[in-house]
Amino acid sequence: MRRSLLFIPGNNPSMLRNADIFLADGIILDLEDAVSVSEKDAARDLVKSFLLSIKNYSSEIIIRINGFDTPFYLNDLEAVVSDKIDTIMLPKATIESTKALINELSKIEKKKNLKKKIAIIPIIELAISLIQVDEIAALDRVNGILLGAEDLTSDLEVKRTKEGTEIFYARSRVVVSCKAYQIDAIDTPFTDVNNDAGLLRDASFSKSLGMNAKSAIHPNQINIINEVYSPSEDEINWAKKVLLATEEAKKKNLGVFSLDGKMVDKPIISRAEKIIKKAIKFKLIEE
Amino acid sequence: MNNLKVGIAGTIESNDCLISVMYSDELIIEINSVVFDFFGEQIHTVISDTLKELNIQNVKVVCQDKGALDFTIKARLQSALERLGVLK
Repeated sequence: MRRSLLFIPGNNPSMLRNADIFLADGIILDLEDAVSVSEKDAARDLVKSFLLSIKNYSSEIIIRINGFDTPFYLNDLEAVVSDKIDTIMLPKATIESTKALINELSKIEKKKNLKKKIAIIPIIELAISLIQVDEIAALDRVNGILLGAEDLTSDLEVKRTKEGTEIFYARSRVVVSCKAYQIDAIDTPFTDVNNDAGLLRDASFSKSLGMNAKSAIHPNQINIINEVYSPSEDEINWAKKVLLATEEAKKKNLGVFSLDGKMVDKPIISRAEKIIKKAIKFKLIEE
Repeated sequence: MNNLKVGIAGTIESNDCLISVMYSDELIIEINSVVFDFFGEQIHTVISDTLKELNIQNVKVVCQDKGALDFTIKARLQSALERLGVLK
């Protein structure tokens, strides 16, 4: 369960040392696009050394490795897979590359005798990935999918706009696949880092489509993203009311009942439960 | 020929360090740091401990430090050594 994931360039010591102060639910240590080809080795060494230095990290630690078809892929995995990380983010994921990553992670975890099972967030940023997204979402270890709109729109040969009309279908498709397999639908970053109003609009719209979280490319974006994807006070109050009424109805053996003149049945109860679960997870209410 | 080669990694940006390594008959560590008075000794320890861990002795290390934490110094030294060719 996530709301905000912040990209941190893997070769930037200043940002790495401050990564946990930005209050993102997860940090993505980026070895891919944020690192030039000539610095791939140094970024890998820096991220590895950073991971060895940290203890009790509060945010989820995600590593965006280089793609399956690059010469850096295996070295990246070998360097970063450890008990210190939670998740590997796979760029330009396809069904084949995601399955290959699952196999490789199993091998490395066994070799290093790791206690945890590393999760995977595939990035859907190719047209071929979008038509495979149902199968990708169903794979073992995949607990979220990130839509990568910059590369996707390039592959689709369309212009990226602030309105995002060109990614409406892709967003909806990713959301449906993620909901079907109960994993996080994570929205593409909003790249205009000085436009708070635009970010608020974009995040609110993606939430209305069913996205659970959004990636960020600047720490200043985290507050707005966390606020948009957290349950609101009204939602929490409504959910509490529904769950209290559900308890009462159970005592009376009622499967369906009415609250404030509206029918309450299983889907409504399930929605209320999800809101409360999120509110607890994000420390908006006490357990 | 090898003696003329230099491995360099890092930057002189804030919180980073630029490390150069070259082959040498003996271990030499030179440190230029904005915080030398406070952390010079610690930087020296990080560099010499890392070299010990890697079992490398015949190098000259020049570290231009801009306030790097230990994990950064260690990583930059490792990358410089890889680029020099003493580490795979």
